[in-house]
Amino acid sequence: MTSSSLEDLSITTDVLIVGGGMAGAWAATSAAQAGAKVVLADKGYCGTSGVTATAGPGHWWVPPNPPEARDIAVANRVAAGLGLGEAEWMYRIIDQTWRTLPTLARHYAFGIDEAGRVNYRAVRGPEYMRALRHHVLSLGVTILDHSPVLELLARSDGSIGGARGLRRREGGRLFQVNAGAVILAAGGTSFLSHLLGSGTNTGDGYLMAAEAGAEMSGMEFTAVYTIAPAHSTMTRSMAYSFATYYGADGHELDLPKMGPDLTVSLARALQRGPVYCSLNRMPDDIKARLHTISPNVPLVFDRWGIDPYRDRFEVTLHNDGTIRGVGGVRVHDADCATSVSGLFVAGDNASREKVAGAVTGGGNVNSAWALSSGVLAGRAAARLARGTQRDGTHLRPLGRAGLRPRRQPKAVDAAAARSGVRAEMHPFEKTLFRTEAGLKASSLVLEDLWAELADHAHTGTLAVRETAALLATARWSVATATTRRESRGIHRREDFPLQDSGFAVRLLSGGLDQAWVRIDETSTNARPGQFEAAS
Amino acid sequence: MIELIVADRCTDCGACVEVCPANVLDQGDAGLPVLVRVEDCQTCFMCELYCRADAIYVAPDCDRRVAVSPEEVVASGCLGQYRKHSGWDEWADRFPNEQWLMDVVFRRATAAASEEAKSGPHAGAEENQLPK
Repeated sequence: MTSSSLEDLSITTDVLIVGGGMAGAWAATSAAQAGAKVVLADKGYCGTSGVTATAGPGHWWVPPNPPEARDIAVANRVAAGLGLGEAEWMYRIIDQTWRTLPTLARHYAFGIDEAGRVNYRAVRGPEYMRALRHHVLSLGVTILDHSPVLELLARSDGSIGGARGLRRREGGRLFQVNAGAVILAAGGTSFLSHLLGSGTNTGDGYLMAAEAGAEMSGMEFTAVYTIAPAHSTMTRSMAYSFATYYGADGHELDLPKMGPDLTVSLARALQRGPVYCSLNRMPDDIKARLHTISPNVPLVFDRWGIDPYRDRFEVTLHNDGTIRGVGGVRVHDADCATSVSGLFVAGDNASREKVAGAVTGGGNVNSAWALSSGVLAGRAAARLARGTQRDGTHLRPLGRAGLRPRRQPKAVDAAAARSGVRAEMHPFEKTLFRTEAGLKASSLVLEDLWAELADHAHTGTLAVRETAALLATARWSVATATTRRESRGIHRREDFPLQDSGFAVRLLSGGLDQAWVRIDETSTNARPGQFEAAS
Repeated sequence: MIELIVADRCTDCGACVEVCPANVLDQGDAGLPVLVRVEDCQTCFMCELYCRADAIYVAPDCDRRVAVSPEEVVASGCLGQYRKHSGWDEWADRFPNEQWLMDVVFRRATAAASEEAKSGPHAGAEENQLPK
């Protein structure tokens, strides 16, 4: 572990929340409102960290009246989830979002439409996260900014009793929080694609959960991409509903306007060569207000001297990984507990399979999930913490790869390992158009990189722990994608192009020394016999 | 990536150092913030939004450095544009947050896409005009 001449900082609290994005902030409000003393530690700054702060989240917003509206919304989502979603969870997050989001009105000025109705659904990211920070602080929560958590701490019975990390702006001084319960809300990962706001989301919460003994679910569902102007991070896709695409020879390409079909067609076109785009179909009244609807979208074009409504600019696709994909730590019960006592998960850190199924939840479901899982986890963690002993002297550190090597410590090239993760997780032919041979090749590369890092890396720096998390997450994703020998939702196998009813099951994964995949026996349509035959 | 801070404008308030989620900046010895880890910049533009002095220029380029001078970026009119269009601070009255119109925009987009598919009349386009 990194040494420091400064004295370690030690804090004791009821609930520790790791991550201060949307899910972590909502978890903090709910735990505090339930009477808990709360510490929230963010790797960067709670208010700008994470993918919500840079975006414009819409929430799944279905008021309780008329009563059939929710039934219809849920039925549509259950069908879209292709057998892996759960209606009960969908009703739960619709209702939680509807009850909770308006409580932010003291800190966020929700839009009001021409008929005087308040629009709660669609909020702007920077203002939303700034409001959540104010809300969290007003409830007496202690925020530790620039304080990445490096590892969890366990009590003698294996339950989680705290975490340890670095104070980056205090010379890397160590801090330890002893807590009655811990909520991981550290986000998902795009495997370091240039997806807007995802640069520090390296899957740290997945690695820490696995080190504690928790399992992942849905890690094969990472094949989501979002369009952006080439060389930019601006993965805000609304404007592209009004796009026309062209090949390098100037001919118009016949691509779908929206959705997963666009991703697949655009990826195939990009495999052939550069693709150019014009937003020439955008109606004038929307053009005129784009800068007050989504102010970061036009600024890219303005700075490059491009008129996006007339000129043709090059576009690319950035991988969304588990951020707009599905996978994460398996949620064990309606409290967002994990299978490890004292440990809860929320937002992208948790598997969204129960509400999204085998497809991306898109902004609406994903935001409702982040909010609701945060609120549920916060409330339950506060309840658990009330009856829990807190004694920091008997906590056992759980961090392994990058902190406590399996063999002789020596220098490891973490930057090369991160490039390796990108090279296996981003190319279309490896993630969007999967094959047995391709997945096997990726697995070999990732296993080697993992072995090198787990065997020798010892510095315990943030960079090396982030690299370990990226590698672990990539290994689970590739292993699960290899096992799911069918195509379902956003998991596409070129060698198994059809959906197979034997695979209408959720797949769990985990393991550090050895990655494993197994069927989730609680998924409703499980047919293990067929599954075994297929795998 | 963040390319420069215009020294003449910077008031040394420390906000950019504090809000950067990737810890790119340090407070320099001479007071002004210093770009010490530009390679960690995730091109999220958050520092610009929180800079009330409109002193920061983030180039949209996330995978290559861009050489710009303070004179160029001041002349470009880009400084402070994001904060202004976001209606932050002194701009609150003149640039309202219209994110909530996204619902209407998506309805328009969906209608446009289905018209495209049918090549039919522009059904429903009028009822979804943005409110004035």
